Amino acid sequence: MSRGQLAPTPHDPDEGGHFGRWGGRFMPEALIGAVDELAAFYEKARVDPEFLDEFARLLRDFAGRPSLLTEAPKFGAHAGGARVFLKREDLNHTGSHKINNVLGQALLTKRMGKKRVIAETGAGQHGVATATACALMGLDCVVYMGEVDTERQSLNVARMRLLGAQVIPVKTGSRTLKDAINEALRDWVANVDDTHYLLGTAAGPHPFPVLVRDFHRIIGVEARQQILEKAGRLPDVVAACVGGGSNAIGIFHGFIDDPSVRLVGLEPGGDGIDTARHGATLTAGTPGSLHGAMSYVLQDEDGQIAEAHSISAGLDYPGVGPEHAHLKDIGRAEYRPVTDAQAMDAFALLSREEGIIPAVESAHALAGALVLGRELGPEGLILVNLSGRGDKDMDTAIKWFGLGVES
Amino acid sequence: MSGLASVFSTCRAESRAALIGYLPAGYPSVEGSKDVLKTMVSAGCDLVEVGLPFSDPVMDGVTIQRAAEQALRGGFRVRDLFGVVESVAAAGGRAVVMTYWNPVLAYGVDRFARDLAAAGGLGVITPDLVPDEGAEWIGATDAHDLDRIFLVAPSSSGERIDLAAKSSRGFLYATSVMGVTGARDVVSSAAPALVKRVREHTDMPIGVGLGVRNGAQAAELAAFADGVIVGSAFVSAVQDDTVAALTEDLATGVRQVATPA
Repeated sequence: MSRGQLAPTPHDPDEGGHFGRWGGRFMPEALIGAVDELAAFYEKARVDPEFLDEFARLLRDFAGRPSLLTEAPKFGAHAGGARVFLKREDLNHTGSHKINNVLGQALLTKRMGKKRVIAETGAGQHGVATATACALMGLDCVVYMGEVDTERQSLNVARMRLLGAQVIPVKTGSRTLKDAINEALRDWVANVDDTHYLLGTAAGPHPFPVLVRDFHRIIGVEARQQILEKAGRLPDVVAACVGGGSNAIGIFHGFIDDPSVRLVGLEPGGDGIDTARHGATLTAGTPGSLHGAMSYVLQDEDGQIAEAHSISAGLDYPGVGPEHAHLKDIGRAEYRPVTDAQAMDAFALLSREEGIIPAVESAHALAGALVLGRELGPEGLILVNLSGRGDKDMDTAIKWFGLGVES
Repeated sequence: MSGLASVFSTCRAESRAALIGYLPAGYPSVEGSKDVLKTMVSAGCDLVEVGLPFSDPVMDGVTIQRAAEQALRGGFRVRDLFGVVESVAAAGGRAVVMTYWNPVLAYGVDRFARDLAAAGGLGVITPDLVPDEGAEWIGATDAHDLDRIFLVAPSSSGERIDLAAKSSRGFLYATSVMGVTGARDVVSSAAPALVKRVREHTDMPIGVGLGVRNGAQAAELAAFADGVIVGSAFVSAVQDDTVAALTEDLATGVRQVATPA
C-alpha cells in the first residue's frame, strides 16, 4: 500500500491554512492553541514512517483496504452507454469512506496523549466510524447529533451506543448537523486539554481541511491505479457527492495533476436550487465564515446561516470545505446540483441493475454520472466514488418508494 | 485618547474597575433591548456591550443562545443594531458591539465600521475573529476610528497575547475560563493568572468575563482586572425583571476593592 498519500503536495494551503482566499481560521482564540498543537503533530506524523506504517496497517487489517473498483455496465447503459466504474468505499468496515479519516485522527489523538474524543454526526456514518475507532483504540467517545437526525437515524444511534459512545442529542438551533458542530465546539473549548475534536469532514479551521483530505487521499491513489489497470486509461470524469466534501476531495486528489480528468462534485439540490429547500452550497451559496473557515455558505443577507435541506442527512449542511471553494474558483473542479428525486432514481437504478444499494449521499454522484455519461456518449469513461452503502437509508427508501408491507 | 480609554481612565482615577454589561440587541425585542440598556446605564454600567444575535453562536452558553434565538425569531435585522447603539449614546451611556464575524462580512466590513461609528459606537469585540485573519477589519476600524477588542484565553501563548495586545485598541478581553458564556457559582482561578500574564505584555486595560453573576464575584475580579464583564446574568435578569437591582449589586461590587493602578 502506498505510503506517500500524506506527503505534502503543491496543493497544500499556506501556513495559515488558506487555499487562495478560502479557509484559514475564523474561530475563538481559546481554541487556537489546540489547532496549533494538532497542526504541529500532523506535520510530523505525515512524514513519519512509523505513523504511516501504523495507519497503513489499520486501513488494511481493520478497514479492509484497498477497496474494490467495480464496473457497472448495466448502470452505464443508462448513462449514455458510457463505461462507469465504482470505487467501492461502501465495502469498507462501517460502510463508508469515513473510516479512513477516523483511523488517522484517532492515531493522532493517541500521539497527542489525549484520552477523550468528541465528534459531530449528521446521518450517523461519521459518528459510527468514530465510535468504532474509539472502541478499537480505547478512547472515550462523545458524539453530538442533532435531535432531528437522532430521530431520522435511530439505528445509527443504537450502533454508536453499542460501541460504547455517549450520544448527545442537540436541541438548539435547527437541531441538525450544523448545530451538532456548534455543540461539539462548545464542548471542545471547555475540555481542550484532554479532548480531541475528531471533525468528520474536510472543513473547519486549519489544519482540519488538509488533514481530513490527506487521510482520504488513499481513495484517489487506489482508484487511479485500479482504473488504469482495468480500463487502460484515465477516466474522463471523476464524480463524487459533496456535502462537507471529504470523500470528493479524497478521490479528486488522485487525479488533480491529470489535466485531462474533469473533477465533478455533485451537491444536494433538495427540491431544486430555485426553491429554499436545498443544500447546494457551491452552486447557490455566498462567501462567509462558518465553523472556523472561509468558504461558500448558505446564508441570508444578514449573514445568518440558513438551514440546508436534503433527503440525505449526510449532505444536509449549509457549508462546504474550503478547498472545494478554491477548486471552483480556479476552475479545476466543477459542481452541479442533483435533486432529491434524481438521487433517489439513481439509488433505485443501481440497486436493481447492479445489485448494489448505495448510500443516498453516494446516489447523488450516481445521478450526476447518468447526466455526464449522456453528455460524453459511449466513448466516455466515468469513475464514481461510491462513498457509502445504503443499509442505513432503508427508512428513507420505504417512505420515498412506498416499500412498506401494505404496498 | 480613544473613547474606551477614557472609560477606563475615569475608573482608574476612582481606583476601581469598570462595570461592563452585555445584552443582545433585539432581546427581548428591539425596543425592549433599548429600555433594558437604558436601565443598565442609569443603574451603573460604565460601558455596555451590545450583542449582535447570530444563528450559530459557538462561544455562547445556553442562556445567550436562547436570547439570540428569541431576537431572531422576533425579526431582528442587523440594521436594527445601529438604532440600539444610538439609544445607548442618547441615554448618556457608552457602547461597544460584540459580534461574530459572519454578520459583519455579510453587511460589508467597511460599511459595518462606518455605520457603527456613525451610531456612536466606540468599538467592537469579535469573539471568533483572531488578529491573524483581521487585516481588513483593522483597516476598517482604523479608517472609522473605532476601537477593536481581540480576546485572550488561558490557553493563549505569550506570542499570541502579544499579537492580541498589539492588534487591539481600547482594552483587551480576557476570557477567564476555558468554556462558553454562562453564569457560574465560582469564578475561575485561571483568571488572576491570565491577567498577571497579560500585564507582562501590555499596559492596556484588561476586561475579564465569562461567569460573573453577582456583586461578590464582581468584587473578586475587580481586585485584579480593569473591567468586569457580565453577560448571561443580565439576560437572566431581563427574564426576572431584576436588571436595575443586578446592576446596582455589581456596581457596588466593583467599588468594594481597589484595583491596583
